[in-house]
Amino acid sequence: MEANTRSTGRLPAAFLTPGSSSFMDFLSEHQPELLPGNRQLPPTQGVVEAPHGTTIVAVSFPGGVVLAGDRRATMGNVIAQRDIEKVFPADEYSAVGIAGTAGLAVEMVKLFQLELEHFEKVEGVQLSLEGKANRLSTMIRSNLGMAMQGLAVVPLFAGYDLDRAKGRIFSYDVTGGRSEEQGYAATGSGSIFARGAMKKLFRDDLTEDEATTLVVQALYDAADDDSATGGPDVARRIYPIVTVITEDGYRRLTEDESSRIARSVLERRLEQPDGPRASLL
Amino acid sequence: MSTPFYVSPQQAMADRAEYARKGIARGRSLVVLQYADGIVFVGENPSRALHKFSEIYDRIGFAAAGKYNEYENLRIGGVRYADLRGYTYDRGDVTARGLANVYAQTLGTIFSSAGEKPYEVELVVAEVGETPEGDQIYRLPHDGSIVDEHGSVAVGGNAELISSFLDQRHQDGMTLSEALKLAVQALSRESNGSQREIPAERLEVAVLDRTRPQKRKFKRITGGQLSRLLAEGTTTQTESESAEDPEGE
Repeated sequence: MEANTRSTGRLPAAFLTPGSSSFMDFLSEHQPELLPGNRQLPPTQGVVEAPHGTTIVAVSFPGGVVLAGDRRATMGNVIAQRDIEKVFPADEYSAVGIAGTAGLAVEMVKLFQLELEHFEKVEGVQLSLEGKANRLSTMIRSNLGMAMQGLAVVPLFAGYDLDRAKGRIFSYDVTGGRSEEQGYAATGSGSIFARGAMKKLFRDDLTEDEATTLVVQALYDAADDDSATGGPDVARRIYPIVTVITEDGYRRLTEDESSRIARSVLERRLEQPDGPRASLL
Repeated sequence: MSTPFYVSPQQAMADRAEYARKGIARGRSLVVLQYADGIVFVGENPSRALHKFSEIYDRIGFAAAGKYNEYENLRIGGVRYADLRGYTYDRGDVTARGLANVYAQTLGTIFSSAGEKPYEVELVVAEVGETPEGDQIYRLPHDGSIVDEHGSVAVGGNAELISSFLDQRHQDGMTLSEALKLAVQALSRESNGSQREIPAERLEVAVLDRTRPQKRKFKRITGGQLSRLLAEGTTTQTESESAEDPEGE
């Protein structure tokens, strides 16, 4: 390459060559070493120790979808960080929550956000929600080499589908396999417990307020049984991150709102430690 | 084999400049104005899909007059430049000044290399600041020079006439509606001094609005919102205009 972005010379030919609207495609041609999937992996023995994010949950309701995550990152049996953020806006109408190796996951989210924004700027229109979900699949697949060494990233993707006028949730496996979830979904180490809680509490006709409470209940149950998932930390004022995506776009609940929900859930749990009960029949 | 004629460098450059200017003059002009909450881009564009204005990055917008395929090429180059720079360093490290420099180098190299046809484009790169003092507007003519503009700028064939009109009337701290109406007024002027009507559906309007809560400040203004802004306070506007007219012209 005759020049790069670090200098302020003429735009290199690659920048002015007509081509794909994908930022990742552009990177892979122009500066492939910047793509996470192209990194050379040194041979390692055993599992690489790095902070891991844990539980992400999502619930859809008529008019939108809620995506939430706890705040704990663990490294082995140690709490690596108490206030990590694992839920990010992907663009105006979608969000992604990440479980797995935190460092790689955050990098993947950054590239994913850029990929969507780049497409939107070049083409003048947004990708379809399906298109966004597929793009994320490709990115996870390109991380397979590192996933095999224990550095897996498994996100949960949720967004408002403007064409179908409803909220949709997509879950992934470590190979990039994508599946659309109906109603609710969870990923990460606490997900089995969260999914159990949501299964009992979920209804088709939840309001937005009920849906945000439901995800906090589910995260509480995950933290109750999974040591890697953090519950609401009232002493340090660290509450789960809860985001809502509707026709009006992405919105993250303010700290006041999420603390109000977390505190009311906590208060009820002081009387009834196992949380709300579903009827037997 | 014929001996090539000698053409002086001055003559060669003048020819190229004239070629580029003629190409730019074929299209309609457009204007970029500062208003209280940001920067507004206004132009006449019958197409809904092929834009003259677009977002480059969070606070940076792009406007172009001239040949579509050439400025579209530069626009995408700019988006790639900005996205790559933001990805490598930080979003805050992408600036209009940096982008304008890259465009200037690119246009300048093309203009002065004998093997290439000069680009028939004139660009504006604008960045909205936290305050009106932080706003930056750069005009980039076809030859790769950079002009740092304040308040208002016009590019395209009729640019001189329109900018002198705007220079007299543009004020700091105008509302969006005032700035928009002034821009439309300026664009409707013909070189023979007459006025023509530009209907709202032929207008392309976009803003870089510093009050937007999102980090991306670029927004297109279309449909109902555009007609509302154009209609806002029409009565008071005509009154003040007629009051101003005697001294104005």
